Amino acid sequence: MNIVDMTATRLAEAIRAGKTTAVEAAEAVLARIEEEDKKYNCYVTVDRDGALAQAKAVQGRIEAGQLMGPLAGVPVAVKDNICTEGLLTTCSSRILYNFVPTYTAEAVKNLQKAGAVILGKTNMDEFAMGSTTETSAYGPTKNPRNTAHVPGGSSGGSAAAVAAGECVYAIGSDTGGSIRQPASYCGVVGMKPTYGTVSRYGLIAYGSSLDQIGPLTKDVTDCAAVLEALSSHDTKDSTSVFRKDTDFTSALTDDVEGLRIGIPNDYLGEGLDDEVREAVLAAAKVLEKRGALVERFDLSLVEYAIPAYYTIAAAEASSNLERFDGIKYGYRAQEYAGLHNMYKKSRSEGFGEEVKRRIMLGSFVLSSGYYDAYYLKALKVKALIKKAFNDAFAKYDVILGPVAPTTAPKLGESLADPIQMYLGDIYTIAVNLAGLPGISIPCGEDSKGLPIGLQLIGDCFQEKKLIRAAYTYELCRNNF
Amino acid sequence: MANRISDETIEYVGILAKLELSGEEKEQAKLDMGRMLDYIDKLAELDTTDVEPMSHVFPVENVFREDVVTNGDERERLLSNAPQEKDGMFVVPRTFE
Repeated sequence: MNIVDMTATRLAEAIRAGKTTAVEAAEAVLARIEEEDKKYNCYVTVDRDGALAQAKAVQGRIEAGQLMGPLAGVPVAVKDNICTEGLLTTCSSRILYNFVPTYTAEAVKNLQKAGAVILGKTNMDEFAMGSTTETSAYGPTKNPRNTAHVPGGSSGGSAAAVAAGECVYAIGSDTGGSIRQPASYCGVVGMKPTYGTVSRYGLIAYGSSLDQIGPLTKDVTDCAAVLEALSSHDTKDSTSVFRKDTDFTSALTDDVEGLRIGIPNDYLGEGLDDEVREAVLAAAKVLEKRGALVERFDLSLVEYAIPAYYTIAAAEASSNLERFDGIKYGYRAQEYAGLHNMYKKSRSEGFGEEVKRRIMLGSFVLSSGYYDAYYLKALKVKALIKKAFNDAFAKYDVILGPVAPTTAPKLGESLADPIQMYLGDIYTIAVNLAGLPGISIPCGEDSKGLPIGLQLIGDCFQEKKLIRAAYTYELCRNNF
Repeated sequence: MANRISDETIEYVGILAKLELSGEEKEQAKLDMGRMLDYIDKLAELDTTDVEPMSHVFPVENVFREDVVTNGDERERLLSNAPQEKDGMFVVPRTFE
């Protein structure tokens, strides 16, 4: 039994059966981190002692019969923009280099109730702004599948940690593709739930109307189990939605008979790598053979999603990041002249380039004289995009397409041209604008051996359809 | 490039964003923002007459609760994150003479 290669649900099963313990599991994964993380840099903080103490306590509760769930005793990695009481939380930014939260995010609390053991905090693009994990103030993460390539982002540390066996599963956040795209690049499963399904309390805000926390896992079964544990209605998050249908593991059935799947022609056009297109269409064929009704259609408005997204996300970011002012927590400039100069210097020295770029853009599109032309216009386009999805989901249960136009780019090739980098988000970003759930599952490799991801998108609250389709596909893929 | 950002605009945005940029950074920001706005101008191609701006995808309503304190006294722990504190308070630079 090699613990670091096990899925979360299998490991929990082994712990329940007494074949191993939560402590052994934590030790095995911590040893893997010790061996491998110098190569990959998945973690900003590893909480060795804390993890072992948690594991001991959890093991006691498992033996006492108090913890029976499918994740009890399993070690997890948490993205560094999700607050953990007493454990450094930096957002991979210099401005929060010493920030120790006084409370734990609701999503993490839910995992703890399920018996999770928190290993540490994973690297990310600074404040989740980026698609490669290269904008981290603590150095880039490398793709475990090929260290010359990026792991994707912004949840690159979480995806890479799962791929490298440096955790058994991880959680990340997705504002424009930040779970699905790194999952695709690293060859793991990643899911962004319907907006409002997982509490944002304790998630350091980037684009509040778009952010959702979700799982990064080794397979679809784990993904369903983790999402089930994460989901809850939380009065501390005013956008939290009360759902009764969060028993996501009940959807792990090998059956897509009659499932209506639409493939947007707009997701297969110019800019899409040939090998990615082939792998995605081959996956669609697999589902079709299993009885799904697969059809091409025109989604429309796809090219407007990126400009609408960057306007809205930058606007919200400029407002959300006003709180970092060098007074209550985080970095304060050493030299300054008066209060306002202290604010400005602390922020200018504390934030990285991409963060400043988005704060400036956001301040501009919200400023009087430009608000209507940019911000309000983007909100109207968002309404049109939502309507295009509504029309699509009147005909289809699931939309199928690629996660990203290419496989993982090489390190150092993306940041020089921001707009080019933003274009890589074309297939993931509209999902956030429309509040929809989306899942990324591995569907092959390109000729360089880099993983390719398949994206399935559902209507709001239809995660179960995605899980059913993804699970069915995964079973077929394993039988190739 | 359709959007030429003036020095005044960058100065103004710097004030709104509370960022202090060096001369070089300002030039780069002018260029970056100009390019980005050119790109965002694509939205103008769409006719959005009579379209209601959508801020949230679900009809979100205000969530009310009784005004009762539920959390404990965390003053010490909160202050321990402050760059500078004194006598249970945040220390800020002198704001008036």
